[in-house]
Formats: sequence, C-alpha cells, structure tokens
Amino acid sequence: MTGKKILAITGAEAAAYAMKQIEPDVVAAYPITPQTPIVEYFAKYVADGEVRTEMIPVESEHSAMSAVVGAAAAGARAMTATSAQGLALMLEIVYIASSLRLPIVMGVVNRALSAPINIHCDHSDAMMARDSGWIQLFCEDVQEVYDLTILAVRLAEHEDVRLPVMVNQDGFILSHGVEPVEVLPDEVVKKFVGELKPIYPLLDTDHPVTYGPLDLYDYYFEHKRQQIEAMKNAYRVFPLIAEEFYKISGRKYNYVEPYRMEDAEYVMVALGSSNGTIKDVVDELREKGKKVGLLKIWMFRPFPKAEIQRYLTARKAIVVLDRAVSFGAEAPLYEAVKSALYEVAARPLVGSFVYGLGGRDLKPEHVRYAFERAMALDLVADKEEYLGLRE
Amino acid sequence: MPLTMKKLAEIFTNRETGLTQGHRMCPGCGAPMTVKIVLMVAKALGYEPVIGFATGCMEVSSTIFPYTSWSVPYIHNAFENVAATISGVEIAYRALKKAGKIPSDKKYAFIAFGGDGGTYDIGLQSLSGALERGHKMLYVLYDNEGYMNTGNQRSGSTPPGADTTTAPVGKLLPGKIQLKKNIVEIVAGHENVYAATVTTGEPMDFINKVEKALQFDGPAFIAALSPCVRYWRMDESKSVDITKLAVQTKYWPLYEVERGVYRVTRKPTSFKPIAEFVKAQGRFRLLLQRPDAEQIINELQQYVDRRWERLLALEEATKDKPIR
Ligand SMILES: Cc1ncc(C[n+]2csc(CCOP(=O)(O)OP(=O)(O)O)c2C)c(N)n1
Ligand code: SF4
Repeated sequence: MTGKKILAITGAEAAAYAMKQIEPDVVAAYPITPQTPIVEYFAKYVADGEVRTEMIPVESEHSAMSAVVGAAAAGARAMTATSAQGLALMLEIVYIASSLRLPIVMGVVNRALSAPINIHCDHSDAMMARDSGWIQLFCEDVQEVYDLTILAVRLAEHEDVRLPVMVNQDGFILSHGVEPVEVLPDEVVKKFVGELKPIYPLLDTDHPVTYGPLDLYDYYFEHKRQQIEAMKNAYRVFPLIAEEFYKISGRKYNYVEPYRMEDAEYVMVALGSSNGTIKDVVDELREKGKKVGLLKIWMFRPFPKAEIQRYLTARKAIVVLDRAVSFGAEAPLYEAVKSALYEVAARPLVGSFVYGLGGRDLKPEHVRYAFERAMALDLVADKEEYLGLRE
Repeated sequence: MPLTMKKLAEIFTNRETGLTQGHRMCPGCGAPMTVKIVLMVAKALGYEPVIGFATGCMEVSSTIFPYTSWSVPYIHNAFENVAATISGVEIAYRALKKAGKIPSDKKYAFIAFGGDGGTYDIGLQSLSGALERGHKMLYVLYDNEGYMNTGNQRSGSTPPGADTTTAPVGKLLPGKIQLKKNIVEIVAGHENVYAATVTTGEPMDFINKVEKALQFDGPAFIAALSPCVRYWRMDESKSVDITKLAVQTKYWPLYEVERGVYRVTRKPTSFKPIAEFVKAQGRFRLLLQRPDAEQIINELQQYVDRRWERLLALEEATKDKPIR
C-alpha cells in the first residue's frame, strides 16, 4: 500500500465518503438524527458533481425504502441510510427488500426508539429489524464504518447471497465522533466493488418479469426456505470477501473479532462501539494478571453460531452486554449467545447485562464490575442485570 | 395523429397488450379494462411500459404465483407505496441511462396503478411526494370507490349512502356520511402536473388523455371510474354503461387540469338526475329503503350541480393561464 491517506472524519462522513467512492446509481434517503449528516454529506457530493449518483430526497423513510426497492429491482445499485423511527417507518418495506432478494446497502445509525423520544444511541432499532432477512454488521469505530460499508456492497451483491445489508454504527458515539480513518484510493474502491450485475432487472423489457406476486400456501414456504439458504450462504461468502478486502486494505474482518482470547477464562461479548471501552478494560485487567478477553461481534445476522461456540466453549464465565432489551424475554445478543452455548460440551457460566439505553454512557467501571462478577463466578443465567442504571 | 379505437384494434389484433388473459378478475370488472386501455395506448405510441401495482384486488388477481398475467415488467411492492416504488424505478432508469448501462433508444413509460384505497387514503403521501419531485411517471387510479381486496370496506372515495362493511347502512347511520375526497383537485394542487378523469364508457376521451399524459413533461395522473360489479351490485354486462351514466349525471365529470388550466372534455347537452345513477346499483339499495333517502340523494344532487358549475367557472377562469 503506497500513499496512505488518513482523514479525520466522523462516522457519518465515513459512511458518506464510502458511498461516494462506491458511487451507487441511486440513493434515496430521508433525514433523521443522528443519521442526517450522512444524507447531507452525500447530497453535497451530488450537488458538487462529485458522483454521478441520482439522489431522491424523498418525503419519508417509508418512501426511501420503497424507492430503493424500485431502483434495485430496476437494476440499479441502490443505497440509503436511517435511524430509529426512520427504520421503524420503513420496516414494512425492509422485509420486502430482503424477500425480493434485492442487494441494497443501508447505513443504520443506531438510536433509541420512541417513546419517550430520545435521539441517542442504543440498539433497539437494529434489533427491531433483526429478523427482517437483512445481513447485519456492527462497527466498533469509524474505520470500520468506512470499511464495512464498502465490504457490504460485495456481500449484498454476491450471486449466492443477494440479500440486503445493514451497516450499523452507534449514534453520536461514532456518527458524530471524529476519528482518524485510513481511506483507500477511489480507483481501488471502484475496482473492489466492481459493477453490479443485475439479475432480472425490470428495465430489461425484452425479458419481462413479475416482482412481488401473490404467493400463497402452495409456494411461500419454499420461497422462505430459499431466503434462509441465501442467508446461510453469507457465512461462506463473507470470509472470501473479507480476504479480498484485506488484500487491498491490510485490514482483516471476520464474523467476530477475538481480543486477548488465547487463554481467557472470562469473556465479554458485545456489539458496536462499546467494544473499544471493553478492550481498554481488558488490557487493564490483563496487566493485573486477570485472564479476561473479549469476543466482539461484527456480524449479528446471520448469527455466527459456530464461531461463538468455538471461541466460548470451556471458558469459565461469559458476560453478554446488550444495548437493547426484548420486553418479556431475554436481551437479544444474550439470548443468541446463551442458546449457542447450549450445544457445546463444556458450557461456561453466562450472565446478561443490559447497558446504555437511550444513550447512557458505558463507563470502564461498569465493564470492570461485570468482569468482577464473572471472575467471582457470580452470574445467574436467568437474571438480567443493568449497568449504569439508577435503581 | 391521435390514436383511434380502430387503430388500436388493428394494432392489437395479433399483439399482446401486456396484460394477458387468465387473470382472476371478475367478468365486467372495470380495473382490467382500465389497465388495458392504458397499456394499449402506451404500446401503440412506442413506449415500453414498466408497471408498478399497489396491493389491491387487481394485484392479487393477476399475479398468483407461479402464474402472472403480465407480459410487461411488473413490480408489486406494498399497498401504500406504488408511487415511491415507481419513483425509484424511474430514477434508476435516469441513472443507468446516464451511465450508459441501458440502451438509450428505448422509450420507457413508467406507470403506477393503484386502487382508491391505495391512492386517496394510505398511499396519498407517497403519491404527493412523487408528484412534488416531478418524476416522469403516469399514475393511474382505478377507482371502484371502496376496498375490494379486503372485502368491501369504505375508502376516502366511497360516496355517501353506499353500503360498505366498515360504514354499513344501519338503523341509526345512513352508511358513509362524508362525500368523496376530491383526489383530482389534490393532485392538481401540485406544480407542473397533468391530472384528468376518465371512464371506460368514454374510450376516446380516455385514449386521448392517456396519450397526453404519457407525452406530458412531468408527472401525470389519471383517475378512472372503474366499477366493481361485486360491490356495486349490478349485472356484469352493465359496468361500462354505468360509467356512461356517471358522466351523464355529473357524478363523474370528465375533465383535465394541465399545469393549473382546467378543461372540461365532455359537456353533455342535457343531464340525468343523480337518482338514476344511485338507483342503478345495489350498493345503494339499503339507503333507498331509509326514510331519509330522498334527502341524501338531494344533497348529492346539489353537490354534483355545484361542482359542475364550479368546474365550468374554473375552465373559464384558468383559460390561457397556465401556472408555468
Ligand atoms: C399497510 C397495509 N394495511 C392494510 C392492508 C390491507 N389491504 C390490502 S388491499 C386493501 C384495500 C385495497 O383497496 P383499493 O386500494 O381501493 O383497491 P381494490 O382492492 O378496491 O382494487 C387493504 C386494506 C395492507 N395490505 N397493507
Ligand atoms: S371484486 Fe370487484 S374489483 Fe375485484 S375483480 Fe371483482 S369486480 Fe373487480
């Protein structure tokens, strides 16, 4: 890699910058805090003629996703971005996008869902769309926002996958926090993403197709099965694309990132930016001779169960941190991790900690506390606990 | 040279319209007739139609997997978003053409079809957004004045006194109380649009307006009164006749608004009372049995009279005064 270019940019700008280099055919979007700067940066690129993308500033997120579905079905590379209420409003069409197998990439700037209204980060929006058939990637820092946005295009468009991808970044923490980001040259990104090869585009009038027919009990089930298989294919395809990305960037991605896991007996599992804080605490505890580690989840859907099992089996205790809840059930990441561990021979102790709802900080002392509980083997599988909550 | 019925008949003797036979719509339904006229005009003028369809009776009846009645590209996305969906298709066309990724010699017609529910009610925002953004599309409303796909519920287009399952004529209430929403005025209230009413009972007027709409440089909207024989409760052979009667009774005036300029395209020399239109349909049968039937019909008569006068006045007032 010659001539490394480092920019000091926010997560929102990193997403927009990646989109500029990808130069999709169509972007349709609607502003919502904290996603707004993505739309604004991109609109400026369009206004300045830096991209040839056609941008539709639609009148709602519902229409943003609808238009992106139309554009992708027409044969265009199409992207959008949103947060919280925006994702909630588009949710009906979010399911349609994945069920029509359209390779759309969407930046989701994670924010709490109303009510009460709150514009700050948590993962309840992403978790609401957890079962929508989209691949879900989560970023720890701004560099990952940039990288995973580019990588997502290839993943979505891979012929064995053909599913939309959400690239999640934590609202404000990443979207508005400036960090140094190593960006690739435009040509390198262009070459990496290549041209979209549309499958059954509507604009091919010589080969007309019907999208979105009525599909009753005689075929719907089989179509869902195909979708399930496509999602599974992402397991196989993601490492291949990540490897290619490594070659152009020197940065390695996988379903999960093990951090100081070699001999770790007490492991934390988390999504998003809090992994940065956890890494610091892990380093600190390691210095004190504690055998702690972190398993950061990059890909939440499809859920990397085999990796989770491989990394977590025979550890002493696992703490799962969730930035979302599931009312009346267990927190989403915890539930998935615990369920994966049911199948391993040597089951560790597991504990669930919910933190940071509505943007509340996760402080190092919270992480330390959770680790201490793990190290004391003071975890109860059937007990949801809260970090940083006034009880 | 404007298209004629004869010409269309000639062209489509050995050619598909785009909507083939075998769909499961009821005989006499206004919707497929409406769709066919639009497709024929588009194709006869050399356009490649690309269709978006809102959830509704026609959508579910024409695409039952693994079959489809469409031999032109077709996308159904959801109920309320056909205008936004077609916006996306149209914008993709612009982007791909600019990038040289599709042949530039193809003349596409991006056509959205929606029922009255998907247009007057749940889809109004999506429609308004698409109109405001100025997409080059034709939106065709097939107006059967109720939600048929879900079994005859009221919509913002249902006229007063018609019996529907969510605003039934009962002992206390006379069915729907409100008048129809005036969708054409709402659409015409956007800048740089073409909006028109048509019916299958006046095919030449219909054909001319589709031709105009397709050639209009901006979004175009056509509202077609499209009877549902099940809900309107009439003989399937009468569905075209009833739309003629709708015009003759001022119930469905035929007019167009082009960039704010009104033009009434059919001016019958004599009119029939609205009661004839009401009495010809079973959906008003319960209304007619009520003691206040006459009053409701009178009110409807006054409304259509006043609207007609107003249309003529608008035609006079806006003559040669386009907004742009
Ligand atoms: C968000 C949403 N709400 C409700 C429905 C149920 N639904 C499907 S079609 C329909 C009515 C369609 O009526 P209209 O647009 O008038 O078309 P028609 O069936 O009369 O041809 C309704 C209520 C839906 N599909 N989506
Ligand atoms: S129910 Fe009505 S709208 Fe539906 S196909 Fe029959 S006549 Fe047409």
